[in-house]
Amino acid sequence: MSSGIEQQAIAPEVLLDGVSKQFRSGALALQNVSARVEKGEFVTLLGPSGCGKSTLLRLVAGLTRATGGSVSVNGTTPVNARAQMSFIFQDATLLPWRTVERNVGLGLELERSDKAVRREKVAQMLELVGLTQVAERYPRQLSGGMKMRVSIARALVSRPKILLLDEPFAALDEMSRDRLNEELLRLYLEHQWTVMFVTHSVAEAVFLSTRVVILAPHPGRVAHVEAVRLPWPRNAGTRLTVEYEEEVARISRLLRGVRVSEGATEGVQA
Amino acid sequence: MSRYLWMTLKNVIVLSVLLLGWQLLVLVLHLPPYMLPGPVAAGTSVVTRFNDLSKSLLITTEAAAMGLIASVVVGVLVALVFAQWRGLRKLLFPYTILLQTVPIVAIAPLIIMWAGAGLYSIALITFIICLAPIIANTTQGLISVEENLIHLFLMHNASPMQVLFKLRMPHALPNLFVGIRISAGIAVIGAIVGELFAGSNRVGEGGLGYAITYANSQLETDYLFALVFAATVLGFVFFFIGMFLEWYFLHNWHESSRSDIAD
Repeated sequence: MSSGIEQQAIAPEVLLDGVSKQFRSGALALQNVSARVEKGEFVTLLGPSGCGKSTLLRLVAGLTRATGGSVSVNGTTPVNARAQMSFIFQDATLLPWRTVERNVGLGLELERSDKAVRREKVAQMLELVGLTQVAERYPRQLSGGMKMRVSIARALVSRPKILLLDEPFAALDEMSRDRLNEELLRLYLEHQWTVMFVTHSVAEAVFLSTRVVILAPHPGRVAHVEAVRLPWPRNAGTRLTVEYEEEVARISRLLRGVRVSEGATEGVQA
Repeated sequence: MSRYLWMTLKNVIVLSVLLLGWQLLVLVLHLPPYMLPGPVAAGTSVVTRFNDLSKSLLITTEAAAMGLIASVVVGVLVALVFAQWRGLRKLLFPYTILLQTVPIVAIAPLIIMWAGAGLYSIALITFIICLAPIIANTTQGLISVEENLIHLFLMHNASPMQVLFKLRMPHALPNLFVGIRISAGIAVIGAIVGELFAGSNRVGEGGLGYAITYANSQLETDYLFALVFAATVLGFVFFFIGMFLEWYFLHNWHESSRSDIAD
């Protein structure tokens, strides 16, 4: 039932211990969140808007600081662990003045890696994600799906150990999204990254993850942690199976429970 | 091609009708040439006084170009300072608006008193009126970078200099060109206003603004028209050079100059 990847797990790669995050406005985004992500796990953060799932991801990346508790990545602080992490944003966040090739090479360039090595790595990566044909193009000449592919290539070229994805496919049409999900899964199995993935799509979460963390909002807190009961390997065909549908239904019910109780508390407050 | 030809033809027709109407107005109303010369008289004076005209044109071009280039250099430097130090920006930015609201005509005599008649005063006046659009637009471009892009750079442990040179500056390029376009249009006007006051340090020789005052005092209205025409063309040339540079630097990637659509 559970994946082989989970059983290999040894040390926690990401450890959140009683983490709270209060914004300057006073709003409490996260309250006392504890979670651990083992090496090689694909953990999806799922929850209604306002549950702080994006904030949680930014804490792990060291892009924002916790106001309480501690976050550690690979035994050190998030900022110190940045070299091992790549972050993929909801929009492709490409630099419009750079060609696809130079966008993909951005990270290596900022890390001042050797130019010849950089060219080589970028060329390999473009080949891997099927972008060689458009290497010389500018972002505005690409479709949304292609832009996202460039964004993924840019994140992978520096060979991260940990991938953080913040609703990366939310703006895409369903077909592009499904295809990119399949490719992401293929690359994940090949490279054995540790992945933290934020989405509001249960279907996506079930298809991709080994575990799902469901967050409840106002303030953001962990409501459920569930292992995904779906066999490996998974591919496009998996989406047509009964197990998949049942698992999507089960996770959806848990998520709805969170939403209903949210509505209830709001009702009490009103 | 034939559509392009037709476009040209239409423009030529419009222009011809306008010029013909002007000439007819002068002929029918028997206007004296010092009140309103016809286009033929104005055109003739362009030819007969070509030497004087081109000398004045060159002098104005020099002052306007000097003022404009200085405003771009100084404007970008100020914008960089404003972008790096938020506190300083909040403190000093309102003063750049003063540059725009100060009536240049009123302070021109002061500037001439301080910097002396001639090229430097005129370039300085041009510089002052060109500066604000450059500072305002470039600063806007430098600070309006999307937060996620900054985060992307942070994830790669980018230095503040890398963020400035590889992210903020290219991001601000389109805004800088908006500023340049505005300033190029007013640079020639600034130079001519300066010349109206500062004139020249040699009698009879000066830029277009000086020559306009002189022609006016001599009732050489046909030559005055020729000078106005030259000033208009010069303003257009400045504007066009700005547009060309904008196209040159942005046409590959920026939405404003989109010519080919994604396939």
